[in-house]
Amino acid sequence: MSTRLASGGRLLDRAKALEFSFNGKRMTGFQGDTLASALLANGQTLVGRSFKYHRPRGIVASGAEEPNALVNLGQGPRHEPNQRATTTELFEGLKATSQNHWPSLEFDVGVINNYASKFLPAGFYYKTFMAPRLAWKHVFEPFIRQSAGLGRAPKDRDPDTYEHFYAHVDVLVIGGGIAGLAAARQAGAAGAQVLLIEQTAHWGGRAPVDGAEIDGMPSEAWVRDTVEALEAAENIRLRTRCMGAGVYDHGYVLAYERLTDHDPHEGLPRHRLWKIRAKQVVTATGAIERPLSFAGNDLPGVMLASAVRDYAVNYGVSPGDRTVVVTNNDDAYRTALVLKQTGLEVPAIIDARFGSDGELVQAAKAAGIRIEFGRAVAKVKGRARVEGVAMTTQAGEGAVLEEIACDAVAMSGGWSPVVHLWSHCGGKLVWDADQAHFRPDPEVAPVGADGQGFVRAAGIASGAMGTAEVLADADAAGRAAAEATGHKKRRKAAPKAEPESPAPMAPVWVMPQGAGEALRSKMWLDFQNDVKVSDVELAAREGFESVEHTKRYTTLGMATDQGKLSNINGLAVLSQSLNQDIPQVGTTTFRPPYTPISMGAIAGEARGDIFQPLRRTPMHDWHEENGAHWEPVGHWRRPYCYQRPGESVEEAVHREVKNTRQALGFLDASTLGKILVKGPDAGKFLDMMYTNMMSTLKPGRCRYGLMCTENGFLTDDGVVARIDDETFLCHTTSGGADRIHGHMEEWMQTELWDWKVYTANLTEQYAQVAVVGPKAREALDLMGGMDLSAEALPFMGWAVGEIGGFKVRVYRISFSGELSYEIAVDAHRGRAFWDALLEAGAEFGAMPYGTEALHIMRAEKGFIMIGDETDGTVIPQDLGLDWAISKKKDDFLGKRAQARSHMVDPDRWRLVGLETLDGSVLPDGAYASAEGKNANGQRNVQGRVTSTYFSPTLSKGIAMGLVKRGPDRMGEVLEFPKIGGEAVKAKIVSPVFYDPEGEKQNV
Amino acid sequence: MLILHCPYCGVDADETELAPGGEAHLKRFGPDSSDEDFEGYLFHRENPKGVHFERWRHANGCGKWFHAARCTTTMEVFGTYSAQLTEPPKEICDKISGKRPGWSWRIFG
Repeated sequence: MSTRLASGGRLLDRAKALEFSFNGKRMTGFQGDTLASALLANGQTLVGRSFKYHRPRGIVASGAEEPNALVNLGQGPRHEPNQRATTTELFEGLKATSQNHWPSLEFDVGVINNYASKFLPAGFYYKTFMAPRLAWKHVFEPFIRQSAGLGRAPKDRDPDTYEHFYAHVDVLVIGGGIAGLAAARQAGAAGAQVLLIEQTAHWGGRAPVDGAEIDGMPSEAWVRDTVEALEAAENIRLRTRCMGAGVYDHGYVLAYERLTDHDPHEGLPRHRLWKIRAKQVVTATGAIERPLSFAGNDLPGVMLASAVRDYAVNYGVSPGDRTVVVTNNDDAYRTALVLKQTGLEVPAIIDARFGSDGELVQAAKAAGIRIEFGRAVAKVKGRARVEGVAMTTQAGEGAVLEEIACDAVAMSGGWSPVVHLWSHCGGKLVWDADQAHFRPDPEVAPVGADGQGFVRAAGIASGAMGTAEVLADADAAGRAAAEATGHKKRRKAAPKAEPESPAPMAPVWVMPQGAGEALRSKMWLDFQNDVKVSDVELAAREGFESVEHTKRYTTLGMATDQGKLSNINGLAVLSQSLNQDIPQVGTTTFRPPYTPISMGAIAGEARGDIFQPLRRTPMHDWHEENGAHWEPVGHWRRPYCYQRPGESVEEAVHREVKNTRQALGFLDASTLGKILVKGPDAGKFLDMMYTNMMSTLKPGRCRYGLMCTENGFLTDDGVVARIDDETFLCHTTSGGADRIHGHMEEWMQTELWDWKVYTANLTEQYAQVAVVGPKAREALDLMGGMDLSAEALPFMGWAVGEIGGFKVRVYRISFSGELSYEIAVDAHRGRAFWDALLEAGAEFGAMPYGTEALHIMRAEKGFIMIGDETDGTVIPQDLGLDWAISKKKDDFLGKRAQARSHMVDPDRWRLVGLETLDGSVLPDGAYASAEGKNANGQRNVQGRVTSTYFSPTLSKGIAMGLVKRGPDRMGEVLEFPKIGGEAVKAKIVSPVFYDPEGEKQNV
Repeated sequence: MLILHCPYCGVDADETELAPGGEAHLKRFGPDSSDEDFEGYLFHRENPKGVHFERWRHANGCGKWFHAARCTTTMEVFGTYSAQLTEPPKEICDKISGKRPGWSWRIFG
């Protein structure tokens, strides 16, 4: 049983007891505990069930690399699954529950998978769930969905807040162990602006646990002094609980700061995402100990040797009374010595090497610890937790020499530098055969804009083993980073430590080396995803030679820990199976983030009202106060309709259409794009931009124009007004203003740059109102000030003047087919003008109308809408708009493209009106079926609905659609199958349903 | 997240300020061009591993288009220059030759 020791625990404040609960069970810990140390202190060795086989699992590690101890934290909207107990700091009232079991952690039905594990080998899903199709849908998928995932996602809105933070620094040091401190110290001395971040709450990393001495003092004292000095320096900033999450191009780094996870009562933002631009990055990210692959290495009670001593030294927790140490290196002897000093028993150190005379080994011998060289663990005994180990010869096949009773196993397979951040942005690795690990290759560093490396690994993260080497390496890295940013003011003496002389480690990938299938299928590589040595070997036998393929086939390293413990071991097993060297097989790709970061931190402040900036017209507030049913249009909100009390949306729309057709309607058209094009070559430029001839337009007149891309497809439309010889005002669609302005600028700047023309986007400078309906002129005349008669201002003309005291520009254009004036006023006068219109219009029954009424009225007239009738594959000719395509111009954007053979194919789908035989409304997007089937066995189609409405004016459904050879097939009846099977019959008619002669708009 | 120097306003612009505009130095083929030429202009693009020339717009800045010469594998930027040039300036080509001897891109190099 794990338990709390009577003394010790350098991070604990034993005066401050904290209550927490695990699976509803009340437990006690201390300030300074992690959830993992507190669970162990309470004897809770079983913390979860594995993903695939539901095997009982305990805590393996003490940091970010933990694969097993994932728990649910918090409740209700603050519930969060998959939180690592090892990186969760304990606080009063913490509530955690375990995951992936039913009905309880101790008794789990899913463990049946464990006994069936023979039948669930690597690639099981790929092999099994192939056919038949129906079984996939009804049997396999529901089963997988049921068992997929560990924790359950929260369902409610997150009540916490998050923020983003931006920083620009010369040198960013990631990792606050002794290497990071040494690097920051030297870079700071040189005068660089330094940011030093550490993922845990504590400075100094492993050094205090491992008993290092620096500059003649215990490392703990050196760390304290150094942090104090760094904090006092003005050019150095320090942050704990702040993890380097990812390194990206040109020195961009994301860091993830956990502000209040350790104290959720503060009312501060919970997480902060740092967006850092660093000229130089020093990754002092340390190293992670590797597990050893022996049978039963996943039983609760088997832990990393370094974690065992972390728990003992940092938290005063013993993982067991009797701990067997299994190792292939000297470092694990520290664990044996720490346990022995604590008064716990170490029945044996099982060392796979043939011998070692390193200082630590000698110390262990002197302490009277039994050391067995050349030995291995054949098997860990026990069902739900460790009860003993069976010892064998490493060189053999697993014949048991002796069974040693114990309740914990501390294993060490050597150390792998944390190279993730180095690798994110292209840093390459070299294989270090002496240490059997990959370390950064300083010759191939991630490269910045200037072609020089901008990341330096420091300390053990760069492969420097031993305190003395770590300090020298990190000091040099800090110095070099500062110099690379142009700082070399002062130099401090590098911190020093006594050199150590450990005996070489020996790579051990499988224990014992000749273990047979039975043992290999109980050797876990990836604890979280349940991948075993036998799975990787099977993948190799089945032909998965690439490490990337093997990873995906076996799911090795694909869990939330991203294989921090398993990758090197898995790689080694694969390379052995393939008879290749490890560097030849290579690693999988390291991708950010280093450990999972919260979605909340990624979103930051961008939620709710400030998710996206909202564009408001000058009349926005009036709409809001008068029942506007909003519709998003680009970043704008436009009223879809104005609902009156007791009225449905549909009823409101129909009322607005009828009232506009019969009396008077007002539309807030301020969102319409307005781009000023000016200059001696403005006409020539617009001739290039539009399919129409714009240069011949007379000042005072308007023309409807079409814009195409170079690919020939219709991209925008709108009315162009010629203001004077050199000036045009181009109206665009509401959603298209910025895009079209950008499109014009692109051609102006990059192709037609010697043309004398200038553009300005004036969209928000004007408020614009469409005054529409048979009473439009009467109402405006009542306001007075301007002659708006047909003679003074004919259809498609524009004029400036004054209406009701407002300076206006009036365009006589119509998108509804009614008598219509679109009136622009300065934006700041928009609301006042709108109010004045409503007042003047009252006696004529004026009502505002929204976008849906606009859509219905334009559809009744057969006017196209960009985005409805067009989808990026439609040319103007498809829409019967040949009249708007100039034949006289030598060139315009899209002209060449529209001459391509498939653009002039008579079989193209072209615009027609569609009238259902029964008067019903066709479903939007419905396809017209044709005879026969295509190569995929689907019904052939011959057209589709692009716009469809109930017309309140005509009291029936009307629609437009694109139909193969449509205009040549007037009167033909097509079938449009609906979802569910039955079909609607519709006749091909003219798309102009209302006032085909255009008499109403031209009065 | 690249940083490119805008040759117009002089700002070292973060990628969030920039909009990409695809390959640089395309020659436009308009009406009366052959199908082959037009297809090449509209669709055929380089996809190099290494030296590349691109168009960028300082969209959330001064609004100007410019050209950039860059390495697609290391993200090294060899230089940025005016959008109103039909080929890369000599000093940029020389710089690339110094760093990537034997490089070529379309007709350049």
